[in-house]
Amino acid sequence: MHCVNDIVSEHPYPVSSSLAKIEAEELPDGGERYVLTGDWRNHSVAGVLKDLDHLGKTGSQKAVEIDLSGISGIDTAGAWLIRRLMTAKGGEGREAKLSGGNGTIEELIGALPETTPAPPSAGPDKRGRFERIFTPPGKLVVDVGRDFYAAMNILGSAVRGAQLKFGRGAGVSPASVVTHIDRMGVRAVPIIVLMSFLIGAIIAQQGAFQLRYFGAEIFVVDLVGILQLREIGVLLTAIMIAGRSGSAITAEIGSMKMREEIDALTVIGLNPIGVLIFPRLVALTIALPLLTIIANFAALYGAAVVALLYSGITFDTYLSRLHEAIDHTSIASGMIKAPFMALAIGIVAAVEGMKVGGSAESLGQHVTAAVVKAIFAVILIDALFAIFYSAIDF
Amino acid sequence: MAEEEQQTMERKVQDDRQVVLSVRDLTVGFGDKIVLDKLNLDIYRGEILGFVGASGTGKSVLMRTVLRLLPHRSGTIEILGANYETASDEERIALDTRLGVLFQHGALFSALTVKENIQLPMREYLDLPQSLMDELAYVKLEMVGLPPDAADKYPSELSGGMIKRAALARALALDPDLVFLDEPTSGLDPIGAADFDALIAKLRDTLGLTVYMVTHDLDSLFSVCDRIAVLGEKRVLVEGTLQDMFDFDDPWVQSYFRGKRARSVVTNENQPPAKAGPTDAGKT
Repeated sequence: MHCVNDIVSEHPYPVSSSLAKIEAEELPDGGERYVLTGDWRNHSVAGVLKDLDHLGKTGSQKAVEIDLSGISGIDTAGAWLIRRLMTAKGGEGREAKLSGGNGTIEELIGALPETTPAPPSAGPDKRGRFERIFTPPGKLVVDVGRDFYAAMNILGSAVRGAQLKFGRGAGVSPASVVTHIDRMGVRAVPIIVLMSFLIGAIIAQQGAFQLRYFGAEIFVVDLVGILQLREIGVLLTAIMIAGRSGSAITAEIGSMKMREEIDALTVIGLNPIGVLIFPRLVALTIALPLLTIIANFAALYGAAVVALLYSGITFDTYLSRLHEAIDHTSIASGMIKAPFMALAIGIVAAVEGMKVGGSAESLGQHVTAAVVKAIFAVILIDALFAIFYSAIDF
Repeated sequence: MAEEEQQTMERKVQDDRQVVLSVRDLTVGFGDKIVLDKLNLDIYRGEILGFVGASGTGKSVLMRTVLRLLPHRSGTIEILGANYETASDEERIALDTRLGVLFQHGALFSALTVKENIQLPMREYLDLPQSLMDELAYVKLEMVGLPPDAADKYPSELSGGMIKRAALARALALDPDLVFLDEPTSGLDPIGAADFDALIAKLRDTLGLTVYMVTHDLDSLFSVCDRIAVLGEKRVLVEGTLQDMFDFDDPWVQSYFRGKRARSVVTNENQPPAKAGPTDAGKT
């Protein structure tokens, strides 16, 4: 076997010493000869495309001879161009033959298909205007409905627990729950403490600044206490956890879905929702209220520090004022929301994780969607509770 | 005597041939563990080298080291006459365009269609119009035996065998000189695997490819490989033709090439184990 590329291939990288060239010669019998010279490899054929297009369209009706003897190197790109030229000439009813090759080039050209299928062109949009306008919102509504079904499916399956299909009964593995509490709860403590401390301090500073005009700076304690315990504490903690753990749940379940691990669990006879999602839901539902308590303490402490430095309210005064301003209902009304928000975060993340398809792109999309939807759900739940509390005067 | 002469002749032929990949005294280790110790390997232009070895002997580590996906402690690797470590940035990029790799699980970009996967290297390195790249993508698909309608599918919609073929098409996108195949026929049915072997042999003949093939498929080893190298004891235990493998005195090599499965392949193909020497590829 002779390898035409050898001359050039001795160099460590392609040398475009000679670009591909094609020239047409008239033959005495009225036919044509195309003389091909230079390096017909993919990095040096670009210049010859125009000439080829031109030659493909012109010429007499006599036979064509393609002279390959001047080619110094060739690969599939060059061979395909020659093949295409031959097919075009053949289509005109002219005989096209190769000459001057060393066997390898002919073999390579012969190995290529004569034509490629035309790239499919997207047909014109045949849908009417009504359909085009109303399809996207309709789709959205159906998707929301499907998400809701999937969420209820996960909630229901989770309630059934991590049981095997036969025997062993229900039961969730405590080790798994504890691991997830550690990952979603304990390791989130530093960031939650830092964030809440700053939020408490900022609210206190802004509140004190405004209340100073009324000579009512002491009421900043009421403001921070009620706002933090009823709303901000649980809301910001939940948003933080939605970003931190919601994304993790989606990514974990999504990549397990991509690698068929979910299918493997099903075939082994385990309920994947019970095994994978239930422990995470339980852990989140336990961790989020605990984190909220920590967040509340941190925020109140931050507020106390600012009150002392900025308004001269001592810790003693702060504590006694706080005692008068808040009661059990303030604390309870905030804490009650935490488990609901935790469930919403977990379920939204799990639904999105189960929707992940085969590609890395889809994983990214669903993780993003999980975080956005979880934060939206958390704020929606907060609003519903606010309406509910005001209706029952809680 | 005559046989000996023939062997020396053969050796001479080998020496004349161009070395495409040359590995000298390569040592690779992780932590305290040395995986490859002073390994030497040569691959000649136009040959198909089959690489075998027990699981965990470092076949993948060697391939990944040669492809510079893993660092090595000492030794030199020369690919196509260039040493990657001393090459300039331009030379490195140019070198990359002359290598093609088929990963074991395809490693197609999941966010791109098959056609886009094949066109990605072309788009980055070549100055060709989109219409020609489309045509070339279809030509590559045809060459690896995929139907045209696979072009617009995503990798997650393909079967295992189709993924292998699509990945080979991507590896061949730039018509590389040296192709690395990591277990190309694993997971294929015997007919598909035989087709794949024939395809690789045909590509070698038409494109002048040099192929570095890690494989456990005895059919592939017996039918398409010009030379076989066995990895063991942290180095290349033996390299040579199939006959050399049969003659080599090592328990693992003996059980591999003289085992029940190997024997059945040999008898089925009705082909003497002694294979003709490597083809005269590479000589102009």
